Formats: sequence, C-alpha cells, structure tokens
Amino acid sequence: MSLTPDDVRRIARLARIEVSPAEVEHTRDQLNGILGFIERLQAVDTSGVQPMSHAVDVVQRLRADRVTETDRRAAFQAIAPDTEAGLYLVPQVIE
Amino acid sequence: MIHASLKELAAALAARKISAVELATLFLDRIDKLNPTLNAFVTVDRDKTLALARDADARRAAGENGPLLGIPLAHKDIFCAEGWRTTCGSKMLANFVAPYDATVVARFKAAGAVTLGKCNMDEFAMGSSNETSFFGPVKNPWDTQRVPGGSSGGSAAALAARLAPAATGTDTGGSIRQPAALCGFTGLKPTYGVVSRWGMIAFASSLDQGGPMARSAEDCALLLNAMAGYDERDSTSLERPAEDYARALDQPLAGLRIGLPKEFFGAGMNDDVRAAVEAALAAYRQLGAVTVEVDLPNSGLSVPAYYVIAPAEASSNLSRFDGVRYGHRAADYADLNDMYSKSRAEGFGDEVKRRILVGTYVLSHGYYDAYYLQAQKIRRLIADDFVNAFKICDVIMGPTSPSTAFRLGEKAADPVQMYLSDIYTIAVNLAGLPGMSIPCGFDRQGLPVGLQLIGNGFDEARMLGIAHRYQEATDWHLRRPALAD
Repeated sequence: MSLTPDDVRRIARLARIEVSPAEVEHTRDQLNGILGFIERLQAVDTSGVQPMSHAVDVVQRLRADRVTETDRRAAFQAIAPDTEAGLYLVPQVIE
Repeated sequence: MIHASLKELAAALAARKISAVELATLFLDRIDKLNPTLNAFVTVDRDKTLALARDADARRAAGENGPLLGIPLAHKDIFCAEGWRTTCGSKMLANFVAPYDATVVARFKAAGAVTLGKCNMDEFAMGSSNETSFFGPVKNPWDTQRVPGGSSGGSAAALAARLAPAATGTDTGGSIRQPAALCGFTGLKPTYGVVSRWGMIAFASSLDQGGPMARSAEDCALLLNAMAGYDERDSTSLERPAEDYARALDQPLAGLRIGLPKEFFGAGMNDDVRAAVEAALAAYRQLGAVTVEVDLPNSGLSVPAYYVIAPAEASSNLSRFDGVRYGHRAADYADLNDMYSKSRAEGFGDEVKRRILVGTYVLSHGYYDAYYLQAQKIRRLIADDFVNAFKICDVIMGPTSPSTAFRLGEKAADPVQMYLSDIYTIAVNLAGLPGMSIPCGFDRQGLPVGLQLIGNGFDEARMLGIAHRYQEATDWHLRRPALAD
C-alpha cells in the first residue's frame, strides 16, 4: 500500500513531529520508498512461527526495594530548558 | 608510538618509557592537526583529558598497574560521560552535558583509560556513512572523498588515522563492523547482553550493543575485558561469570570448521571484495581450517525485517526527546503539543525523522500485525537459520560489506540504497550473535576490505582467537593510510 498526504499528516501528528505543508510530498515519497522495500515481508509464510521480540530470553528482574540512588535533582535540572522551584516548566495545559 | 599496539603501549607505560600525560598529549596533538580534515571528533577537551592522564600517572606512581592504565581511548559520542558534552550526533543534544557516566565509560575509567574525546557518528546511530551527523560528515582517512562507514564513523576514522589507539563503538545493524571494514581495522560486536547499555543512548534496544574497535583482535580482547560484565542497571545485561576474552588467542586453528553461507557469496558483492575474502579463506585453510557450505535461507529478509523492528523501537525510545527535561526546545510554540512537535522537528535530522515516522506507522492501529508482528516472526526464522548453521560449523565467515568505502554523497539521496550497505551484518543483530570485522586486503583503488566473522552466542573469546591467528599470519591489519604517517 502507499501512503496518502493525509496518512503522512496523521503519522506525523502521532509522532509529534511537525511536517510542514511544503515537506509533505517529499516525506510521502521517501516513506513510500521504505514501505515498498519492507512490503516483501508480507509474502513470507509465517504461520506457526513464534514472534521473536528480543535477542535473549530473559525475565525482567526485580531489584530489592531499598534506596540506592542519591538525590541529583539539581544536576538533572541544570540541563533542562526551563525549570522553576524544582519543577519542569511547560506551556499551561489545564485552565 | 602512534602505531604501537595496546600491549606495547602498556609495556612502555609500565616501564616508565612514557607517561600517560605524554601519551595523551601525543594523540591530542595529532587530533589538533588532523581533525579539521577528518571531522572524527565532535568534542575534544584537552584539560579534561590531561587531568585523566595525570590521574593515571598518579595511580601508577602509587603502585597500580593494569593493561589499560594510562591508555588513551576515544568514545563514540553515544556514551554519556559525566561533564562531557554528549550529542549522539544530533542537534537535539548539541548542548547536552551528561550528568553521569555510562557503565562502559565508568568501567574504562576504573581501568585507568584516558578519554581523548567524543567521536562523531551518524545522528542517533542511524546511518551507514556518518553523513547524517548534525556535525557534518566524517572523512575516510584512506581517501577523504569517501565515507568512513557508519554509524561509528568518527571512531573508525580516528583509529585509521592514528588519532587514537582504541575506541568504543556501538552496533545496532552493523555500526561497528561496517566502518571497521571501510576503514581497515578490527571491530567486534559482542553477543547481545554482554556489554551494558546503561548510559548508552538508545536507538533500538533489542539490537543495540556496544563493543571495542582497535587495530587487532588482541587489542579488542583487552578492551572487551574492561567493557563486558553484568550491570544491574541494564535490565537486559546478562548475569554470567566474568571471562578473560584473551584466553583463546593462541588456540590453533587445526580442524576449525568455517561455515560459508552461500547467500553471502551471491550477486551484489563487489569483485575486489570477493577476491580479498576468498584469499582470506584460502589463508585460513592453510592454517588448518576447513570450510563447509551453510544455508541462511532467510538472511535476504534481514534488511527489510530490520527496517520494521529498528524504527519501531526507535520511535518509542526517541519519544523521550520532548524538549521538557533536556535537549532542544523550540523558541516559539502555541501550546504543549506544538512545543513537542516543533522541538522534535527542529532537533532531529531527516533520517531520524524518517525512521521515527516509519516506526510510528508500523506500530499504529491496524498495521501492527501486518508489519511489526510479521517482522518479529521473520526475526525468529533468521535466528533459527543460525542455530541450524552452527550445528555444522564453528564460525561463519563472509564479507562484512558488499563494497569498499563509497563516495561522500553517493548514497545519501536514496535511503534504501544506504540501508542495503548493511546487508551482511544486520542478521547478526537480529539473532543477537557476536560478529567481527577484520582487515583482509584491499581493492584496486587501495581501499580496505573487511572479512566478517560470525560466532555462536558467547563465542567472543574463540572468535578473537580465530582472528588473532590470521593476524599473526598476515599483515593487513598493520597497513595504514598515508595520512597516518
């Protein structure tokens, strides 16, 4: 299948990446090129095959429930675009 | 001194023939001289490096010794290093100063290695030519009109041009092995889970694996000894007993069964690459190995399967770059969603955006089963091929890359052509197996050719030995570009 300009806009919205009107056509061509390339997977008979989600079969470990990390808020917030009083600032979302 | 092996450097340091400060200065001076041409490093900080070198000298003066104490090392800029700018080749992180060390960085620091700087790379490790870096392309030291390969292209050029005696890299689909082939050195991608991913900026978490890049298999063994090991901070790090990766270096090759997948020797491989690989196989037979044909019938599906799985994982991993906690934030925006969308549109380059969009699409409602689940099933078929192949052979060999270093810009306009330069390396990541590339000759233009070794899980020590015996019998790994003299 091949993507329409509306598909491109929808995917871009889901991905939270702005694609300007001028970029839609070019983006669509490139994505269609890649999707055309991966399309060949559809022809493979995989009935009965267990999907492999990971290279190793490991069970998620649980750590002991004790404090191991120190408070490094100041160091981590020093690299944030905008903070105040220990909080990350973003545009208002609740009126 | 710049051409010495890590073992020779360690001996010179131990004998006090040179100090760690002098050694670091030697390489820093070379970086100053050649980096404007090669663009291999994105961050060099002489003061920080010399402080680490002084520390190594002080440790030695206090009686400490070790194979990496005082050894200069370049880190791919995907590894967080506390106090160092860590960009991952992206505008998104152009001003990001890491607040902690990646486990790999911490382990090298504990061993006394001296960080020379942070190496250029394809943006978020997405590329095979180092042309997607926000900081510009890296030039191949063998021919500066050509690419060094990617994504660990800066580490590759630094090694080949003797700007560093050793480097770290990461390999999600071939990003250590393909640049090793294109720049003529030795690179190893370990079995998934052997090297901690903590503090290594994530691209595709089920495939990413850090590994050593150096002149020889022997040097790689020394580096892997420091890099590998269980890390409770990485949930996929494997709890295994520590091993000495240099223990099998001298193991004889008599009786070694080398599997040759006929799928790796078909059309599509450059003639000169074929000739060099065939000559290497002949050398292995001379050394006592036997070759057997093996089948990897699904390997042709590895690139398309990878370009579903890796973008899917990337779209999830890279959602963390939202302009809130760190990284680039757009200057103007209307509301929160607009801030996310503009920050990400401005902060990411074209290839990264393409992969996030592809990943978002294959995971989206109505397409998940058709693309993502199907690719995961094909991943199983590809992994099973290797299980079957290793029933009749000990190691698999073939070309690392279908061609030698291509020209800058040659494949940049066509993403799918670029993806196909990893056609022989990607299946290894999907299966989680260890893979290596070692120099095995040159094409008629004088560009290096790499021989790929693929081992069964956790066979690194054996593979390093198989590579070492070849490097004792040949001198391809000692050849260097004119620029390195």
